[in-house]
Amino acid sequence: MPSVTFWPEQAGSYAVEVDWLFFGLLLVTGLTFFLLMFLLVRFMVRYREGSRAERDLSGEKGWHWEIGWTGASLVIFVAFAAWGANLFFRLYQPPADALEIFVVAKQWMWKAQHSGGQREIDELHVPVGRPVRLVMSSEDVIHSFFIPAFRIKHDVVPGRYETLWFEAVKTGTFGLLCAEYCGTLHSGMLGRVVAMEPRDFAAWLDAQPGSDGLAQEGAALFRSLGCSGCHGPGGTVRAPPLQGLYGHPVPLADGRVVTADERYIRDSILLPKAEVAAGYPDIMPSFAGQIREEDLVRIVAYIKSLASDAPPSQVGSRTP
Amino acid sequence: MSTIAVAPGRGPDESAIRIPNYLNTGTTLRSWLLTTDHKRIALLYFASLTAFFFIGGAAAVVIRLELATPQGNLIGSDTYNRLFTMHGIVMVWFFLVPAVPNTICNFVVPLMLGAKDLAFPRINLLSWYLFMAGGLLTVASLVAGGVDTGWTFYTPLSTLFANSYVALAALGVIVVGFSSIATGLNFIVTVHKLRAPGLTWYRLPIFIWSLYATSVILVLGTPVLTIALVLLLVERILKVGIFDPALGGDPLLWQHIFWFYSHPAVYIMILPGLGVVTELVTCFSRKRLFGYKFVAWASIGIAVIGFLVWGHHMFVSGQSLFASLVFSFLSYVVAVPSAIKVFNWTATLHGGWIRFDAPMLYALGFIGLFTIGGMTGLFLAALAVDVHVTDTYFVVAHFHYIMVGGMVSAFFGALHFWWPKITGRMYPEYWARTAAALMFFGFNLTFFPQFILGYLGMPRRYHAYPPEYQVWHVLSSGGAVLLAIAYLMPLVYLTWSMFRGVRAGPNPWQATGLEWQTPSPPPKENFATTPVVVRGPYDYRDRAAHPQHG
Repeated sequence: MPSVTFWPEQAGSYAVEVDWLFFGLLLVTGLTFFLLMFLLVRFMVRYREGSRAERDLSGEKGWHWEIGWTGASLVIFVAFAAWGANLFFRLYQPPADALEIFVVAKQWMWKAQHSGGQREIDELHVPVGRPVRLVMSSEDVIHSFFIPAFRIKHDVVPGRYETLWFEAVKTGTFGLLCAEYCGTLHSGMLGRVVAMEPRDFAAWLDAQPGSDGLAQEGAALFRSLGCSGCHGPGGTVRAPPLQGLYGHPVPLADGRVVTADERYIRDSILLPKAEVAAGYPDIMPSFAGQIREEDLVRIVAYIKSLASDAPPSQVGSRTP
Repeated sequence: MSTIAVAPGRGPDESAIRIPNYLNTGTTLRSWLLTTDHKRIALLYFASLTAFFFIGGAAAVVIRLELATPQGNLIGSDTYNRLFTMHGIVMVWFFLVPAVPNTICNFVVPLMLGAKDLAFPRINLLSWYLFMAGGLLTVASLVAGGVDTGWTFYTPLSTLFANSYVALAALGVIVVGFSSIATGLNFIVTVHKLRAPGLTWYRLPIFIWSLYATSVILVLGTPVLTIALVLLLVERILKVGIFDPALGGDPLLWQHIFWFYSHPAVYIMILPGLGVVTELVTCFSRKRLFGYKFVAWASIGIAVIGFLVWGHHMFVSGQSLFASLVFSFLSYVVAVPSAIKVFNWTATLHGGWIRFDAPMLYALGFIGLFTIGGMTGLFLAALAVDVHVTDTYFVVAHFHYIMVGGMVSAFFGALHFWWPKITGRMYPEYWARTAAALMFFGFNLTFFPQFILGYLGMPRRYHAYPPEYQVWHVLSSGGAVLLAIAYLMPLVYLTWSMFRGVRAGPNPWQATGLEWQTPSPPPKENFATTPVVVRGPYDYRDRAAHPQHG
């Protein structure tokens, strides 16, 4: 016999705050609802057709009533909008020391890649007490990464990186569900998040058949796909050097300046004509359709690993 | 013809009395299929919409039966996915959008305005044929094997991954869209041009204001859906990259265009209901409407602001943070006019002489359910809460409270209220009240548990689910059975009443609107002489109805 659950588990730092907002909404709307229903029922009884209740309609003319309830609604609504927005803001500000994990979704499974090269399917091991930042992409249709116990959800969209962060506050196993309808086995696209003590997590990582790390795997691809021919040392064509690129502003040929994040690196590989670095010829070929999402993740990890290799390059210093 | 013979009579001489009305003036099939009489076209719509309602409802019943157990063991997952898709497509475009405008409004609006017909009677007929053509295409896609994209047709699933009859269904929705546009245009012109002498804008029943706001959305919003679906077909059939990133498209583009129509479409589905409830509350509490101008302009406010909130469907989709902040704020703003309406209805009851006939029971049920639906909308508009509950059963419960608890209740309220006008006969009061009560109870049992399921994290569109959710699903499925029975009841007793119901007379509710000042059923040309309007609506001073005409 299944048990009855009334409230979802709180296992993430964000869950507590979302629940408070939910309680706040429940309280205010609940009180308003009961007041309204009280009045409705009272009027229904008191002013039923056969009752002899006094019908004093002199106090009824009233724009002040209209202004009153319109104004009150608006004030309460704006307060909730602000509260919700304030919390939402935090989802867009991952702490700098967050542990990064790449997630690739496909019909109908979740694949995760840790920076050490450890891979898992339909499971995600994370340490408690440390923020985890996910960089997510999809190989086919739109999926949505949803962990109810953490009160977080974000769509995983093909053709782009979406990021999401959370911090588990207690150890245990929590459901991971796909929340965006994605075809036949949508309801089977389930996984679990295993939150572990940091020591156990480190031990778990060590026990996995790993490699030298995602970045090392990316470096091999970087050579085998021919990227190093132009971007490597002694390249034959003048291409922007990638050392120290990640995380820094890049001036573009069209005058814009973008930050070299995962999205920029990914788009530059697949859609090189969209954002050409200033001062360089537009000759990079597109690799769209030639690299699997999981390999893209490796290459991006490699280019990110070059961030500390050199000071920010002089790319585009000549732009006005 | 003696008045004695017109009084309640079921004798054999009844058929001999042929008071000319719109029903007995011409009885051939041809006279129905080529009619330009708004009242007959309304009945054509009634028949077709009833069929679609039961197709969509049957799909819902199978879905709820499947969900009684966590394992997907009644039907396969592909079948399940096709059923919820068909349920959504049929219920949205072939029932909820046209429900009140094309049936009730088609019938009563010219009567309320003191007009002979709508402004473009032949376009009105064309609109029904378009509706049927779109319906047949969609039914054909169902018979051929169905569609498994969800009614939202999200790309690139719908364009490059779904192996079902997406194109046929999309074509059906495109065609029915033209029916919506034609109907909306017809109403706008009718309200502008065919009001009876003396019927100024502020003397219009709120029902007309609501319909006017609805029509504006129909005319401005529907073409955007048409464009979106054409683009979808272009990508699906010609493989031109529009939405699929593998072809160079943008998947979020679909969501923006689709919701730009489909959020306002929510207001297409509810605004007429808000109008119906205003008519019912005033009539059955024998009271002038509290805050007429506020209620009237609230409809227009909803229609305008409703166009600016589509992004609240996309808070977790990857749209920009700034866009989400603006859409959240505007979503709270659009809730204000709805709140105004609820407060004004409640205030209208104060000091009235309230009767609890079946239409009023539906109206009161509507107020409760619409309020819950609206208030849970406030939860969804709060960004951080939406992150957790979007795409879960919380959303499913929320919009069913608005669409079914709200709009379907309003539809049945309107149907019972104007039934005597349409058929000339009264419905059986006892059965009508029983059905209304059962609908209210069955509805809450079906959908309230879904709020809890949603907050627990149960995603929507799941064929099978983790067992910890089962108890709530069982309650919901049980409620759905009650609801299904409640919806079948009017089919039986209303059909019965068409032949055996007590004769209604022109104005059984002692209401003030112009539609009650002509015989029931009305003659083909509606009024013997054009009425001249001398006062506003809802004038129930001293418990007596003071009709709008002089």
